[in-house]
Amino acid sequence: MSDLSELYQQVILEHNKTPRNFKKLELFTHDADGYNPLCGDHYHVWLKLDGETITDIGFQGSGCAISKSSASMMTASVKGHTVKEAKELFEKFHSVIMTKIGDALPEETIEELGSLGALAGVREFPARIKCASLAWHALNAALSNSQTTISTESEKN
Amino acid sequence: MHGKPLVYLDNAATTQKPEAVLKVQDVYYRQQNANIHRGVHQLSEIATFEYEKARGKVKNFINAADVKEVLFTSGTTAGINLVASSFGRTFLKAGDEVIISAMEHHSNIVPWQLICEERGALLRVIPMNDNGELLMDEFERMLSPRTKFVSIVYISNSLGTVNPVSRIIAAAHAVGAKVLVDGAQAVAHTKVDVRAMDCDFFAFSGHKLFGPTGIGILYGKQELLDAMRPYQGGGDMIRSVTFEKTTFNDLPYKFEAGTPNIVGGIGLGAAIDYVNTIGLGAVSAYEQELLAYGTAELSAVRGLRIIGTAANKAGVISFVLDHAHPHDIGTILDREGIAIRTGHHCTQPVMQRFGIPATARASISLYNRADEFDSLVRGLQKVQEIFG
Repeated sequence: MSDLSELYQQVILEHNKTPRNFKKLELFTHDADGYNPLCGDHYHVWLKLDGETITDIGFQGSGCAISKSSASMMTASVKGHTVKEAKELFEKFHSVIMTKIGDALPEETIEELGSLGALAGVREFPARIKCASLAWHALNAALSNSQTTISTESEKN
Repeated sequence: MHGKPLVYLDNAATTQKPEAVLKVQDVYYRQQNANIHRGVHQLSEIATFEYEKARGKVKNFINAADVKEVLFTSGTTAGINLVASSFGRTFLKAGDEVIISAMEHHSNIVPWQLICEERGALLRVIPMNDNGELLMDEFERMLSPRTKFVSIVYISNSLGTVNPVSRIIAAAHAVGAKVLVDGAQAVAHTKVDVRAMDCDFFAFSGHKLFGPTGIGILYGKQELLDAMRPYQGGGDMIRSVTFEKTTFNDLPYKFEAGTPNIVGGIGLGAAIDYVNTIGLGAVSAYEQELLAYGTAELSAVRGLRIIGTAANKAGVISFVLDHAHPHDIGTILDREGIAIRTGHHCTQPVMQRFGIPATARASISLYNRADEFDSLVRGLQKVQEIFG
């Protein structure tokens, strides 16, 4: 266990190299920053909600392969889904990466996670768990903010 | 580590500890443990003697004029905070200026920001060039009678640059400013003589010099320490206390409130003995050879760029690699048994200056060998296999 190939799976390397939704949204309803001051990883997440549905999502910033691929897979997983579904997915993802080394992973949950399940290997690398969850915390923060009208960057400034 | 022999290249973070340092700490706790400067019993006298003997070793190690000028602290950070707070509250006024450099560790930035804000003083920063060398002309232009203090790192922890501290000190003194030298990365690699350098303060940590964590030294010129108000109040730093008036103890105890890290001080003394038996001249020459070898080996790695290419460098090689983030480099090397540091190294302004979020850093000590750089290069080839 705790082999490097467990951590750097092909799907993770691929998302790192070609991140999905790696863009700033011109029109968005929610956004938030995700920053880890200890390592310097920094992402911004933008969301566009139509009612309860996430109709568009984008992220930008810089960080390691784990944080970037996790952010990329996150955006691909929640786009087109409801806020409730996104929050449930975060709970599942979080429970998987926080499963203690040695404890059995909930196989069903990993299947439900789809490609995100590839990040389950991060639990064997305690120093890197925060990398995998960084963008998710930004998504959570964005969804929790009360801003409801669509704003653009220029209007915000 | 992970079934591989350890290659420890994170010496700028902390050094490994020699047997002699472990032994004196064990002996202290088993046979000499007592509080110091207080008891009339023999055990307290022994503990006091051992602790003060260590202070004497530090005095000789840095060539201070008197043990009164050698203060035990918890580390470099504590020493800088002591000077910023105590010198600042005694001497800094609104409109005065304090100068630091663009390559300071956060511990030599934040204490000065805090005291400058409190006293209404202005904090100025010496810029550097793309090699990571200070622009000395800019510095000399910044100096004026308003300059009250210059606080400067001797050897940069993230770039490896060795700064021309003697020239900086002479220029600062010419306008009447006092100078602190942050020697955290210097003491294990080069001979320090505080009187030849003529710095007013010099701070370093024991754990980067093969000693225990939680112990450090602040050297200060006696006339300045005498004039400065105390930093912390408590036991050991007083002569007499009534509720109306307290008189303070003599140096160095005036700045040493509370029971200190006794075993740490004794351990640091043993670490200094260890370094002295090898000799810092030999250490410095050996490390320069290693640095040249490591720099050449790493420069040959495809897609690798060294950050910090000053003409005068010590054993720190910071680098970035195309297509692989420093944290991923660190994790992959760790699985090869290679310990390096990754991140911003508590020097975020340096990272901003070079337009990078982080670096990977290999830093050497006297016990490293050239073949460990060969292992590092093989590890980096593994990184490139994964990241392509």
